[in-house]
Order: sequence, then C-alpha cells, then structure tokens
Amino acid sequence: MDLTYTPEEDEFRARLREWLGKVLPTLPPKPSPDDWPARRAYDLGWQRMLYDAGYAHVHWDASPTVRLIFLEETEKAGAPYVGAGFVGLLHAGPTIAAEGSEEQRARWLPPILRGEEVWCQGFSEPDAGSDLAALRTRARRDGDDYVVSGSKIWTSHAEVADWCELLVRTNPAAPKHRGITWLAMPMDAPGITVRPLRTLAGSAEFAEVFLDEVRIPVANRVGDEDDGWRVTMVTLSFERGTAFVGEVVACRRVLRELAGEARKNGRWDDPVLRRRLGRLNAQLRALWRLTQWNVSEAESGVPGVGSSVFKLRYSQARQELYDTAADVLGPDSLDVDRPWTLDRLSSLSYTIAAGTSQIQQNIVAERILGLPKGR
Amino acid sequence: MKFQLTQDQRALRDGVRQLLARRFDAEALRAAVNAPALDRGLWRALGEAGFFALRLPEADGGVGLGLPEAVLAFEEAGRALLPGPLIATHLAAGEAAGAADGETVVAAVDGSGLVEWLGEADIVRGDAAGAVPLRSVDPLTPLHRVGEGGAAVDPAAVLLTAAEQLGTAGRVCELAVQHARTREQFGQPIGAFQAVKHLCAGMLVRAEVARAAVYAAAVTADRTDIAAARLLADEAAVRGARDCLQVHGGMGFTWESEVHLHLKRAWVRARRGGASTESEELLAADLVA
Repeated sequence: MDLTYTPEEDEFRARLREWLGKVLPTLPPKPSPDDWPARRAYDLGWQRMLYDAGYAHVHWDASPTVRLIFLEETEKAGAPYVGAGFVGLLHAGPTIAAEGSEEQRARWLPPILRGEEVWCQGFSEPDAGSDLAALRTRARRDGDDYVVSGSKIWTSHAEVADWCELLVRTNPAAPKHRGITWLAMPMDAPGITVRPLRTLAGSAEFAEVFLDEVRIPVANRVGDEDDGWRVTMVTLSFERGTAFVGEVVACRRVLRELAGEARKNGRWDDPVLRRRLGRLNAQLRALWRLTQWNVSEAESGVPGVGSSVFKLRYSQARQELYDTAADVLGPDSLDVDRPWTLDRLSSLSYTIAAGTSQIQQNIVAERILGLPKGR
Repeated sequence: MKFQLTQDQRALRDGVRQLLARRFDAEALRAAVNAPALDRGLWRALGEAGFFALRLPEADGGVGLGLPEAVLAFEEAGRALLPGPLIATHLAAGEAAGAADGETVVAAVDGSGLVEWLGEADIVRGDAAGAVPLRSVDPLTPLHRVGEGGAAVDPAAVLLTAAEQLGTAGRVCELAVQHARTREQFGQPIGAFQAVKHLCAGMLVRAEVARAAVYAAAVTADRTDIAAARLLADEAAVRGARDCLQVHGGMGFTWESEVHLHLKRAWVRARRGGASTESEELLAADLVA
C-alpha cells in the first residue's frame, strides 16, 4: 500500500498547477447558470484553452492517476468544470473512439477535443429511467436514413448541443436489450423540439426532447444495428474511479468554509453541530481515500466494482453536507440567494441521477455480494 | 500511487487467516464462550507467528514490518473474534519482557477507564489500583473499570482497534450474505428480496468506505486520518453487526447464533479510547486548523 506519486506524476501536477496559476486569472467571469448560450461559449472556451495547452486528451488517454491529479488540481484551483463538454468528452467521444469507424472518429472526435461541438445524451425516456432498456423511441429504416419518432428526457445541454448520442429501438420484436441502436443525431435536423425543464432548484438544467419523424443518416450509426446496448455499456464505466474526484475535492473545501462560518456566527460552540462537522470530515476524507483506492485498482487492471459503493456513500454525504450547512446558516439557509441553499437543493438529485440509490444497492447486492436476482 | 495490497501483504493476511482458522475456528470460539479463559497455547502460537513482534525491528528480534501490515493482521483477528488483550500486548512488545513472543500477557488501562482481561494478565500497564470488575456484555472480554482513566491514548491503539472493527464489519457482511442466500421464505431465498438486499448492500458500503480509511491511515499514520478511520470502522462494525442480526431474524436473537458475539465485541471496542466523541472533536479541530 502506497500513497505516493511517481516523479512523472509529481511533475505533471507541478506543470499543471503552474499553468492554472497563469491562465485562470485571465478567464472572463462565469456566466449565469440560466444563460445556456453563454455557458456553452464559456465551457467551450475553456476546453479550447486546455486543448492549446495540451491537456485536452487527459480524459481519453492519460492513466487513471494522471486524470485524478488533473481533476484534483483543476478543482483546487477553482478552474471551470467540464460543463457543456461533459457528454462529448466523457461519454459520446470515448464511445466513438472505441466503437466508431475510422471516418466517424475523424469527423466527430477532433471537434470535441478542440471545444467546437457540444454533445447531449438521448438515453432516458419518460418511461425508461432506471430501466433504461425499456426505451421506446422508434427508428425505422427508409433508404439511407433512419426515421426516428419518440421522446427523450433529462437531456442536459440539449438547447445548445450540436449532436445527440441517441439510443433508439430498431427491433421491437427482439428481447429488450437486443433491439437497440446507437445513433449520432444532428440537433438541427427537422422534427426536433427541445423543451427546457425547470428543476426544483429553479434552474433549467435539462430538457425534454421530442422527435417527430427525424431523419438520421444510416452512416451516423455507431456499431451494428440492434447492437446499441453493448456499444453503450462499453463506455458507461469509462470514468472508473474518477467520476466524482472534483466534487469530493469541492465538498472538502465547502466543509472547511462551513466550519469557518460556524466559528464566525457562534454555532461552532454547539458541540452537537461541531461534531457533525467532524464526522463529515471523516466521511469526505474516507471518500477521497476510496477514490484513490479505486483509481489504483483501475491502474492495476483489476476489474473495478467500486463505483456503486462510492456513489451510494458519496450522494448521501453530499446531502448531509448541505443539510449541515443549513444548520450552520440558521434562518439564512432559507434564502435562495445563498449559494449553499442552491447547492442543498441540487444535492437532492445525487441519489437519483445515474442510477438511483435503490438501483445501486441492487447492483451492489447482486453483482458484488452475489445475492439472487429478485424483485 | 499504488494504493493496493502488495503480494507480500496479501500473503501476510492469508497467513494470519489460515493460522486463525487452524487455531481458533468456530468450535474453539464456542468452547471459549462456554469457558472464558485466555488460551496460553494460542497466545504463544500468535507470538511464534510474529503477531506481537510484527512492528519490532529485526535487530530486536522482531519482524520489522509497519503499521499497514499490523492493520491487516488485526483485521484478521477482528474477523475471527480472537479474544485477549491483543493490542496491549502488541504495543508492549519490545518493552515488556516476553510480550513479543507471546510468553507474557499484557493488559493496559485504556484511556476510557476500562481494562480488558485484567485477571489473566501477567503485566498491567497503567494504574489499575482499585479496579472494579464489570459483568461484561461480551462473554469473551472480561472487563474492569478504573475510575476515569485519563491517560492519553496511543494513536496506534486507536488505529488497531479500527482494524479489528473493520474485520468484524467484513465478517458480519459475509455471514449476512451467506444466510440471505440459503434461508428460504415465501418460496425463495430471502436475499432475493430488495429489503434484505439493501441491508446487505449497506453493510458492504460501510465496510468498504471504512477499509479505504483504515488502510490509508495505516500508510500515513496521521492523527486525523486515524480518527476518521476509527469513526467509520466503529460505525461499520456496530451497524453491520446489528444489520447482520436483523437479516438472521429470530435465529439472530439466540445465544446459539454467532451474531451476538460480533455485536457485543464491536460494542466493547467502540468504547475504547479514541472513540467517537474524541474522534469527532479532533476532526472538527482539523477543519479550522
């Protein structure tokens, strides 16, 4: 067991730190969360800077440890998040890299890396959330096109996306996992309607997408027809171990800020609250160690099963963190203009998004502990 | 960064597990519960295997290993519910004659004011004058109370307690899963029911988070890391044992089942010095340091 980094990794960290120190002060102010076009421009601008400095590839071909360092350092320095580039960089891009043709890779990958095109994810549907394979959006073949009708939901960045990685049902007669196909859909195609969804935090974070006889060239299919489920699964675990690195670093910073606030407003003298902050410190430190453990495991090529374990505990810890923030703030915690209040509201999604905690517990019980499938 | 067990560490862990399976199996555990006394033969066998001298330098006749290896050994001791003042004797190796090779049983007055195995000890560290016996909740840990205790707690003792708790957390998860796979109700194994699955998943999650914390604290030997490890390991052991009992249903509430022994030991360990209030305060202080 070793927690030290190699000289090359240390050097990468030092170079990155120096670069961040130089470029971050030159960034324009962050746009308002509801101004999607501005957010797109801001996020792509940051990706372009990463590209020019040679960091654009870090999510794709760096070792898990180097990615860990990248995410840790960018968060510590307060750099922008991957933002609108999320689906392209962390999901659609790796999927195309792994399963696409030479031509497809040449068409779609460079613009993702250079921060020129935004992707969104057309997976979930109103009746296919946790049971993703129950999706019903239908594609029928018509000459060189697929003609697609149906609807998608929870689609982040849909309003400003250029492309959508779309899962459609091409064979309704096949077993539900086998009749699905992966398509790249241009978001300016006729027949697409995007309707933003307002979250309980008041912001428009994602959208519903309605598809009415949308024509998508067969050439935009990645992988074989009806093989889209496998294509998708190849990359769903792409971020093994590193999916929440930046967020854990951010939570640890917030916890320190909370302790500082409590000292200022006198709540620190309440031993019950103070000890809750101490316990949160233990949890977030442990989650950081678990991240390091999972990254080391990924590095050594051991099949990782830890992501469900991590997500279950992290989503819970994040909610506890912001509930505790509310107790530190007292009545001010009801003020939506306080950032911790908005964070508290958005933390409610963590036990739902990307597999609810209940689904994650089933995964842990069945795939890790080997308990029988049931209902 | 290679935050994984090395080949040697795996071999050490497996060796301790095999030794304990040979010398302290379920039958021996049952016999010990019925006649609680310290098994001197077993103590010497542990000594011969290097359990107590693990961290003593080779020049002093020790094994010359570090905290990570000690943590792996104590995790196995925790899994097996191995009785005796293991930590006190381990910490006394190199200072108290005979402790390193298991000839001497060393007990210690804990910072919490409790002494485990006072009656069986050859040497007692700390002032145990006026110690009053308790009728211990754990049939395999005789306890005495000595006022308020008070001595500062060795961080290594806190960490090794966390390691034992981690062993319990892993073991009770296994016991619960074994039971859930085999016990049938309503025509199927109870492990097919989500309510039972989720109890088991919760046990694993707590154990694995604690494991990362305990192993990291063994590598860094940092006070704050150790406090975090202890908090999470206590939680994983105590809640894990309770949930294991719940999964076992009525059988879990009987003396015959092994589950109560795990829960009671976890309770005893959770009261040792460096327990939750102290750890939480230390971790809170770290936030404003």
